[in-house]
Amino acid sequence: MKEGALARAGVALTALVAAALLLAPFGLSDFRLSLLGKFLAFAVLAIGIDLIWGYAGILSLGHGVFFGLGAYAVAMHLKLVASGGRLPDFMSWSGVESLPWFWRPFASPWFALAAAVAVPVLIAVSLGYLTFRNRIRGAFFSILTQALVIVTVTLFIGQQGYTGGTNGLTNFSTFLGFPLYDPNVKIALYYVSLFVLGATYFLCRRMVRGRFGRILIAVRDGENRLRFLGYDPVRYKVFAFGLSAALAGVAGALFVLQEGIISPAQMNIVPSIEMVLWVAIGGRGTLSGAVIGALATNAAKTAFSELYPDGWLFFLGGLFVVVVLLLPGGLVGLWQTLIRTIRRRNERRVSDGRYRTA
Amino acid sequence: MSLLLLQLFNGVSVGSILLLAALGLAITFGLMKVINMAHGEFLMIGAYTAYMTQQWFMRYAPAGAADLFFLASLPLAFALAFAIGWLLETTLVRHLYGRPLDSLLATWGVSLILQQAARSIFGAPNVAVKAPAWLEGGWKITADLVLPYKRLFIIALAAVCLSSIYLYLRHTRGGRNIRAALEKRSMAACLGVSTRKLDARVFAFGSGIAGLAGCVLTLLGPIGPSLGTYYIVDAFMVVVLGGIGQLAGTALGALGIGVASTTLEYATTATLAKVLVFALVIAFLQWRPSGLLQTRTRALD
Repeated sequence: MKEGALARAGVALTALVAAALLLAPFGLSDFRLSLLGKFLAFAVLAIGIDLIWGYAGILSLGHGVFFGLGAYAVAMHLKLVASGGRLPDFMSWSGVESLPWFWRPFASPWFALAAAVAVPVLIAVSLGYLTFRNRIRGAFFSILTQALVIVTVTLFIGQQGYTGGTNGLTNFSTFLGFPLYDPNVKIALYYVSLFVLGATYFLCRRMVRGRFGRILIAVRDGENRLRFLGYDPVRYKVFAFGLSAALAGVAGALFVLQEGIISPAQMNIVPSIEMVLWVAIGGRGTLSGAVIGALATNAAKTAFSELYPDGWLFFLGGLFVVVVLLLPGGLVGLWQTLIRTIRRRNERRVSDGRYRTA
Repeated sequence: MSLLLLQLFNGVSVGSILLLAALGLAITFGLMKVINMAHGEFLMIGAYTAYMTQQWFMRYAPAGAADLFFLASLPLAFALAFAIGWLLETTLVRHLYGRPLDSLLATWGVSLILQQAARSIFGAPNVAVKAPAWLEGGWKITADLVLPYKRLFIIALAAVCLSSIYLYLRHTRGGRNIRAALEKRSMAACLGVSTRKLDARVFAFGSGIAGLAGCVLTLLGPIGPSLGTYYIVDAFMVVVLGGIGQLAGTALGALGIGVASTTLEYATTATLAKVLVFALVIAFLQWRPSGLLQTRTRALD
C-alpha cells in the first residue's frame, strides 16, 4: 500500500469513528448507549492521565480517587434531591441525626458541579506541590499516589454515616429537574459526554502542541536540564497534575449521572491502575491514543467479562505484561511504526531506481 | 501504662512483618531500579504454603507431630517463594531493568494473575491456619502485661533475618559484591562481578524473605487471595520512609510505620489512623525527601 493511501486511511478512519459516535444513539439499545456514554467519560479521564504520564512522565496510580471524588460530589447532590428535603436514607440507618455541615452546600447543583472539579484539583495540587517541590519523583511518587487511594477508600468505607460506606451512594431520581432514567435524558447525557470529550481533546491538543507541551516533554526526558535552562519544573508539573485531576473529576461527574451509583470499589487500587492501562494500550504520548485506549479496552472488558467473568483478571494481568514488553507505544504506536516502515520501503525503492538510471 | 507498652509491643511486631516484606523491595529497587508490585503476592504464596502444610500434616502426620507443621512450613515457604521469584526475574523482570515505571506496570499485571490463580485454586473466601499449641499463650511480665508468644516469635524471626542479612552483606564475598553493585553497578561489572547472576539471586532471595513474612502472617489472622495488596502499599511506604540502599533505614522505617499505625489505631480509629500515618509520611518527606538514610552519591538522580 502507498504511504499516502495509508495516511488517508487514517483520516478516513477518524472521520468514521467520529460519525459513528455522533450517530450511535440512533442505532444502539438504551443499555449499550449508556455503556458507550460511560466509556466517553473514561476517555476524558484517559486524556488527563496521558497528559501527565505520556507527556510529562509522571505515573499516577491515584486517578481513581480524583474520579471518585468528582462522582461523589455530584452523587451527594443527586442523593439530596432524591431524599426530597429529608435526611438521606443511609444516614438515618447509621444513626446520623441531622445533615452534616459539609453536605449542606451540595443542595445546589452548581456547587456540586464546581466541587466535582475543585475538590480533586485541591487534593492533587497539594499532594503534587508537597512531593514535586522536594524532587520526589518517578516510582516514589507513584507509590504515594497509591497510598492516597488506600487512605481515601478506607476513609470512605469507614465513615458510613457520611459517605454511605461500602454501598456508596445510589437511588437517584432527577438532575436539574430531568428524570435520570428517562431514555431521552440518557441520550442527552450521551451527547453531553461526547461534547465534553471533543472539547477536552481539542483544548489539550492545542496545549500539547504549544510551548506547554514541549516543556512537559522536557520534564519527562530531562528534568534537570530543564532546570538548568532556568525553568521551574515544579510549577509545570503541579499544573499538569492538577489539570489531570480536574479532567478525572469531570469524568466522574459524567459517569455517576449515567451509571446512577458510585461506591468506594470504583476508586480502589485496581480500577485506578486499570485507567493507566487504557492509556498504555492506546498509546501514551498521543492524545488520540488515550481516547482509543479507553474506548477499546472498556469495550473489550465488557465483551470479555460477559463471556468469561472469571477470566477477565487473568486477561487484564496478561495485557499489562504484553503491552509493557512488546507494545510500548500502544495501538497508535503500532500504526505509526507501520506507516514508517512503508515510507522507508518506498524510499528505498525510489533510490534503487535512481541507481539504475544513473 | 501496661496498655501503652502492649501497644508499643504490637507495633514492633507489625513493624517486623513490614520489615520482612520490605527488605526484598528495598534491595531490588536499590540494585536494579525495578519496582516489583508482585512482591505482595509472595506474602500470599508464603501464607498459603503454611495453610497447605497444615492440611498435609493434619492428614498424614502422627498425632503428636501435627503442631510441628509450622516449623516445616517456614523453609517450604521460603523455598517456594524463592523459586517463583527466580522464575519471575529470569522471564520478565530482567527485561525491565532501569525502567521503574514500566516494571511497576508489568509486575502489577503479574500480581493480578497470581491473585486470580490463588482465587481459582483455594477459593475467594479467607482461610484460617490454626496456630501451633506451643505458640498459644504469652509471657506474663506483670499481672496485666502479657506478651503473646506469637508476636514474640515474629519479632525474633525478623531479628534473625535482619542480622543474618547484615552479616552476609558485611562479612562475605557475595555480600561485598552486592554492596559494590549497589554503589556503582558498571564498576562492579568491570571488576568481574557477574551482575546478572547477582540480580537473579538477590531478587529471588528478597521474594523468599517475603514468603517467610507471609508464613508468619498466618499467626495473626485469616488469609485470603488479596492478602498481598494490604501489605504491599505499607511495605512500599517503609521503603519510601527508610531510604534506598541501607538496611538500617529499612528497619527504622518499618518500626516507625508499625508503631505509628498501631498506636494511632489505638488512640483514634483504624480508618483515621491510616489517614494520619499517610499525612505523617508526607510531612516527614518535607524534612527528608530521600528517606531516613541514603547512600550518598554525587549522581543527580
